[in-house]
Amino acid sequence: QPTPLISHATMSPSKQNNLLSMYSSLSLSKSSYSVISAFCTEDNIPQCISYINQELASLGLSSTCIEASSPGAAGLNPVPALNATYELLQIHRRTMCSLEELEREQLKKSSTLEHVQMNNSRLKDQLELSIREKSGLHEMERQLQLKIKTLQSCLKTEKDEVQKLQNIIASRASQYSHDAKRKERETAKLKERLSQLLVDRKDKKLAIDVLNCLGRSDGKRSHWKTAKAAASHEGEMYKSLLSDYEASQRSLMLENAELKKVLQQMKKEMIHVLSPRQPSIRGATADDSQEQADSDLEDRAGDSSRGSLDKSCEHAREQLTNSIRQQWRKLRNHMERLDSQASQVQNQLESNKDVISRETHEDEMERMRREVQQCKEFIDAQQQLLQQQLNTSFDDETAALLNDCYTLEEKERLKEEWRLFEEQKRNFERERTNFTEAAIRLGREKKAFEEDRASWLKNQFLNMTPFTDRRRCSSSDGQSALSISKSFLQLAMSQETTHALNRYFQLLPSGRRFKSQVKAKSRLRCGDLSIFSLGEDENSLT
Amino acid sequence: MNFSEVFKQSNQLCKVSPDGKYLATCVQYRLVVRDVSTLQILQLYTCLDQISHMDWSSDSLFILCAMYKRGLVQVWSLEQPDWHCKIDEGSIGLVSSRWSPDGRHILNTTEFHLRVTVWSLCTKAVSYIKYPKACSKGIDFSRDGCYMALAERRDCKDYVSVFVCDDWHLLRHFETETQDLAGLEWSPNGCVLAVWDSCLEYKVLLYSLDGRLLSTYSAYEWSLGVKSVTWSPSSQFLAIGSYDEKVRILNHITWKKITQFEHPSTINNTKAVVYKEVERRPVVSDDLSLHNITVGTTLFNTQSKYEICPLPVQIPVVKPDPDRANPKIGISSLAFSADGRYLATKNDNMASVAWVWDMQKMNLVAVLEHTSAVKCFQWDPKHPRLALCTGNAKLYLWSPAGCVSVQVPAEGGFQVQSLSWHCTGDSLILLGKEQLCLCYMETEQEDK
Repeated sequence: QPTPLISHATMSPSKQNNLLSMYSSLSLSKSSYSVISAFCTEDNIPQCISYINQELASLGLSSTCIEASSPGAAGLNPVPALNATYELLQIHRRTMCSLEELEREQLKKSSTLEHVQMNNSRLKDQLELSIREKSGLHEMERQLQLKIKTLQSCLKTEKDEVQKLQNIIASRASQYSHDAKRKERETAKLKERLSQLLVDRKDKKLAIDVLNCLGRSDGKRSHWKTAKAAASHEGEMYKSLLSDYEASQRSLMLENAELKKVLQQMKKEMIHVLSPRQPSIRGATADDSQEQADSDLEDRAGDSSRGSLDKSCEHAREQLTNSIRQQWRKLRNHMERLDSQASQVQNQLESNKDVISRETHEDEMERMRREVQQCKEFIDAQQQLLQQQLNTSFDDETAALLNDCYTLEEKERLKEEWRLFEEQKRNFERERTNFTEAAIRLGREKKAFEEDRASWLKNQFLNMTPFTDRRRCSSSDGQSALSISKSFLQLAMSQETTHALNRYFQLLPSGRRFKSQVKAKSRLRCGDLSIFSLGEDENSLT
Repeated sequence: MNFSEVFKQSNQLCKVSPDGKYLATCVQYRLVVRDVSTLQILQLYTCLDQISHMDWSSDSLFILCAMYKRGLVQVWSLEQPDWHCKIDEGSIGLVSSRWSPDGRHILNTTEFHLRVTVWSLCTKAVSYIKYPKACSKGIDFSRDGCYMALAERRDCKDYVSVFVCDDWHLLRHFETETQDLAGLEWSPNGCVLAVWDSCLEYKVLLYSLDGRLLSTYSAYEWSLGVKSVTWSPSSQFLAIGSYDEKVRILNHITWKKITQFEHPSTINNTKAVVYKEVERRPVVSDDLSLHNITVGTTLFNTQSKYEICPLPVQIPVVKPDPDRANPKIGISSLAFSADGRYLATKNDNMASVAWVWDMQKMNLVAVLEHTSAVKCFQWDPKHPRLALCTGNAKLYLWSPAGCVSVQVPAEGGFQVQSLSWHCTGDSLILLGKEQLCLCYMETEQEDK
């Protein structure tokens, strides 16, 4: 029952209320003596004593212990009790001192802690502030750097510009000074010449000395300069200008017509390309509008005969170009759609197809590359050959050698041909000698033949008598004349002369019935011997 | 390809007659007329002084020889060698002399461009044209020979006068919107006159025959402008080469630029063929015997041939001196082929390179790089064939089939300084410093 107050007295925790609680407890203890005396009563003195001794022992005061004045008596031995009390009071005082000290310490410490905390918070605020300031300054610095950069680049461009202008000025200045010097030199020369002329005073007259005047190059007489001539010149000039303009206008018109045709064609084709894929109403209306435009065009083209020609043509042109643009846009959109579709489809399709197409594509590329390489090599070889051909014989030995190798084949061929040529030449020589010999022989034989013939004819004429006895003796002569046969001629006798001979023999008077046929076999073969023979056997003299 | 023997000439004066039959050359003060096919001397004329300029009349009957120092012009007749004509400009001096298109008048420009004197060989009459402009191309005759355009300068303003060559009647006289007119040229069809400003201002003006301004073209301001101008043979295109290393093509209908050709120093990404002349060093054998040296003049004539270079190709560029006037940069030479299919150009800071462009596809077709600067190039008047020379002893030919370099076989080193085609396209005249040589084209030897 008394413990709650004691416990309150010894276990007062709070620092600020400590003294207060102490005084309060003390005052409480004084006023509530009755409460403390509740601990020890008349009855429990020995227990109280033993308890107090235990407590004193636990406190380390084993030296003093309270004893009863007499065993079983209700009083205490005063000396140990007073000692114990004194010691307790000492302990208490000491404790109070230390407590005071501790409290003082604690106060101090709390105040310093407060101070430090305050400082801390203040410094934290400062830190935050300065960080914010720093970031702000950073930002400013960055902007300033940027500004510096732009200003520097501006400065550079300005400097470049200035440099360029300075260069221009310098070049212009040097050009001006050069021209000015030239003009000055010229005026100096002029002044010199003028002074020279003024001094000299003998002016060399200008004159022309011609042997005789020439005619005009176009042969006409020269005309007087009249107003009519001037007008005709003007007319000529305008004519030539006009013809030039007309020519250019014609060509431009042709070009224009061509281009219009091309555009029309393009338009038609674009419509054709687009229309089957756009069966929608929009397409139909577009086509309708196209057809409308077309018919408009034709109408307007037909209108050209009436006035406002230029306007209508321009209008037509505008319409045409607008319609082309429209169609082209549609076509482009369509193509884009197709492209996207195609790419989708490609992704879905098997890769085989792609690989094949790519393969073929790459094969083509390889083939073309090879071709190009071949062509390049060929061209190089050609260039080399050409240079070799054009170079003089003072080449390197290797080049000369190469030349030789190249022409060796040709030389061989040439040698062969020379050989053939020599052979043929020899053959021809042989034939020629034969021919000349034959000609000589022919000449002789001919002469002999002629003589023979003459004599035979003479005989014939002389024997052209009705008398038959004489005839027999002359025919033998005739026969000998005709038997100029196989031994000689190596010439071909022309068919005409043989025919002539035939005719002559046939023309003889039929009474004589002298018939003979001269068969001339003439065979002409190149390089061969040709034989002319009179068929003896066919001769029949009756 | 045959080469004739080498003849002497002076002053690079060597011209074929317009009918293609005769070749006239000047040797000091003599005028030598040869037959073109046999090269036999047909006539020999002697002038009074060293000949500065020589030209055939359009009918190939007369030749004028101008002696600028003496202020004299002598005219010789081919048909009548005894006929003589001497024009003396007197104290006024002579700067240039030319025939009129009819071959019967001679136009002399006096010293200081004080006036142009028109002498008539038919009537011995004289006319004067005042205030001619002293510029690089101040007089041009139309191709049909009907009209003459003359640039004039009065009171610090440029004018153009159009004369009718028939009777020298002044047809038109108009002011041009140029600061300092540098040149004028008729279109081949004779209907348009192109007029361009000096290089300080990029301006090309197109005037119709009757003096109306058709169009003005200016590609940019301030930087140096037009360097060269040429018409295509069909009058369809006008090619303008400028100091910014580009060629701009204008079309004859709208007179607007349809394309421009650039000349970059690195070529890649093109379908064109790049030919590079590669020299083959002569092999000097160990035994420098006399035989070898005399036989092998290859010691001095380095062999070279064209090789095809794979892309990308780096072209050697020579930066011009920025302080000097008329810098060596920009397109100085432009030439269309006879059929108008190709255009050949040369950029002055890549002087050893000739560029060939296709006018149908409007792209680059060939790039020819040589070992030394290209001196002269000219198209064959009949076929699409370009002949070039670079001041060495070689003749270079390009055609769409390929290109080839040919050594000119002449002793003593013939250095080809310029060349010109015969009007039939069958032969070429190669001019050295003091020599000339004819090259006869026989078969097409244009394999690569």
